[in-house]
Amino acid sequence: MRKVALFIPCFVDQLLPQVGLDTARVLERLGFETWFPDEQTCCGQPAFNSGYWQLARPLAERFARVFACADAVVCPSGSCTTMVRHFYPELLAGTREFAQAKSLSARVYEFSEFLTDIAQVTDVGATFPHKVAIHDACHALRELGIREGPRQLLRGVQGLELVEMTHSEECCGFGGTFAAKFAMISATMGATKAENAESSGAEYLTSTDPSCLLHIDGILRRRHSPVRTIHLAGILARTDSAGSETRATK
Amino acid sequence: MSAASRQFFQDATAKAVDVELREIVRRGIDHYDLVVGRGKARFADWEAARQRCHEIRREAINHLDRYLLEFEQRVRDRGGHVFWAETAEEARKYVLDLAASAGVRTVVKSKSMVAEEIHLNGALESRGIKVWETDLGEFIVQLRREPPFHIVTPAMHLTREQIAKLFREKLGGVEAEDPPSLVAVARRALRRAFFSAEMGITGANFLVADSGMIAITSNEGNARLCASLPRIHVAIVGIEKVVPRLEDLAILWPVLATAGTGQPITCYNTLVGGPRAPGEVDGPEEFHVVLLDNGRTRLLADVEQREALHCIRCGACLNACPVFRSIGGHAYGTVYSGPIGSVIMPHLGGLGAYQHLSYASSLCGACTEVCPVKIDLHRHLLQNRRNAVEESLRPLSEKIGMRLWQWAMLDAGRFRRLAWAVRMAMRLAYGMRLEGTALDPARAWTKNRAAPPIPRHSFRAMWRKTRGG
Repeated sequence: MRKVALFIPCFVDQLLPQVGLDTARVLERLGFETWFPDEQTCCGQPAFNSGYWQLARPLAERFARVFACADAVVCPSGSCTTMVRHFYPELLAGTREFAQAKSLSARVYEFSEFLTDIAQVTDVGATFPHKVAIHDACHALRELGIREGPRQLLRGVQGLELVEMTHSEECCGFGGTFAAKFAMISATMGATKAENAESSGAEYLTSTDPSCLLHIDGILRRRHSPVRTIHLAGILARTDSAGSETRATK
Repeated sequence: MSAASRQFFQDATAKAVDVELREIVRRGIDHYDLVVGRGKARFADWEAARQRCHEIRREAINHLDRYLLEFEQRVRDRGGHVFWAETAEEARKYVLDLAASAGVRTVVKSKSMVAEEIHLNGALESRGIKVWETDLGEFIVQLRREPPFHIVTPAMHLTREQIAKLFREKLGGVEAEDPPSLVAVARRALRRAFFSAEMGITGANFLVADSGMIAITSNEGNARLCASLPRIHVAIVGIEKVVPRLEDLAILWPVLATAGTGQPITCYNTLVGGPRAPGEVDGPEEFHVVLLDNGRTRLLADVEQREALHCIRCGACLNACPVFRSIGGHAYGTVYSGPIGSVIMPHLGGLGAYQHLSYASSLCGACTEVCPVKIDLHRHLLQNRRNAVEESLRPLSEKIGMRLWQWAMLDAGRFRRLAWAVRMAMRLAYGMRLEGTALDPARAWTKNRAAPPIPRHSFRAMWRKTRGG
């Protein structure tokens, strides 16, 4: 399996293109051939999580068809990976696409998980001379069981000092449509996360999930915090210390 | 939107910015985190203990009919009374009639969420009966005329200073503000009540089927005084609290204590099986158990969510919940708050009235992770959302928005063009410094967060340019 299909979440495609490019860059550096099925849109999670399973179903079926011929699908988001791996089989139970979804669910990997479990690397040859804290994204942590992998990868980065922040496993408050529906609660949870990131002494906060980072970054910048956010792929893509001023959201 | 939903949105929004409250709640919960962590480490295998408790509870709930009848029979054999209350009103009426016929003027109560659920105190007070909450936390919130803030820690939201001030105003005799002195003030008031009350009302943590006993857990010993000093003891218990065997408590008691407060076991664990028997020197003359349904059989009929009845009310999911940590218990506006409350309230009080609570969650799964009886709480929140959509309880604007969004996502070309247009509009708006203003199209996001820099090119555009598709 040297060829992997990129599953670039819709909001990453539109708002955080660098995360997608960094994901591809790391995979290619490790010798994988990447391709981007151009027909992909959204996995349907926003509808599914809002209770609109009827609307999510055609999107899931569509997604399963688009990625049908991929041997391995790699996604720089634990949340979107969870949707495909855990919720597609449930959502599509009893439909014609069920078998396809079931097989796809076994071939989709979150980015860090693909590196540590499938490619079996922990040193990807990256350099990032900064103090970094990690936010354990809920879906990656609790639905996919990803905790040590990203830390191993970060420890393999030259010059990087990994610091643990308090309550790294507590939700940042993004939660999809929750962030807009209950903006005040979401912002409060985000502020708690921001405070913990700040008191950790880290320069950067990283995570497997760009949606959490988009939210946390917005909170941090609104409070003029010195802490910046960067997706895990952004760190692993760096091979020298230059250009480290780029924000994750640029 | 239901009235409860509007109220929740208002209260939660206000509480979310109440920094002082958040600090108090955080401190309380951080302490629990620490001691619960230590408590779990005392188990040889915490996960196995959870699994065992899950199995015991599942067995009980799946054979609820059999175990409840067994329980009832054994209580009756010992001369106790069992009343089956289908609704809150029936339960209240039973207690009120009993109090009236026995000429009860004073009631001492130990902590009971079911009594809160059926609004028993108000009903007793409206008949001129004085009700004393004897659990310290409940006593405090009762003095404040407030509902409990948390199902295990009713006064979690108050500082020692606030409690001292309250006691000074309501009770007097406060000489110092240290916890032992404050406890002494409460105890003086409560001791008198214990000896004058004609009726003691308790809840129960478990109903033990094979021995026909109720199991009551407390840290202050107040529950056993309520169950033994007054002439009449009434226990009000949800029907789901039954467990098959006495020996099941050997694991449920320590797991309940550990998950709730980190204690190896709660200080007082009392088993009550009936009224005073001939030859016994103490105990009540009458023992009544009110078994409350109040929507629980509706939940039992829901195969997907039936396991929510496994709950042993330890409060762990409240402590773990980042939403609870941010807004506290009162904002929920429900008897049962936190994740378990959001799951069961739609079954107890109707989906239309309480579906909004299932949306007030990031579905982070922390509740499911800590639940000592392994209830898949966050999955049930999601199922409540699905049910709300299927029953057409969602706002029209959301339905339309979701349909439009799905339509855009069903075709890659359409998605690409529409997303490009939105991005360009955002770039234009933010170029004109409209970010966060009333004209900002993403105001729901930018009201509390900085907008991300909107890129000129999407990933797919850059990919196509450099890789040729």
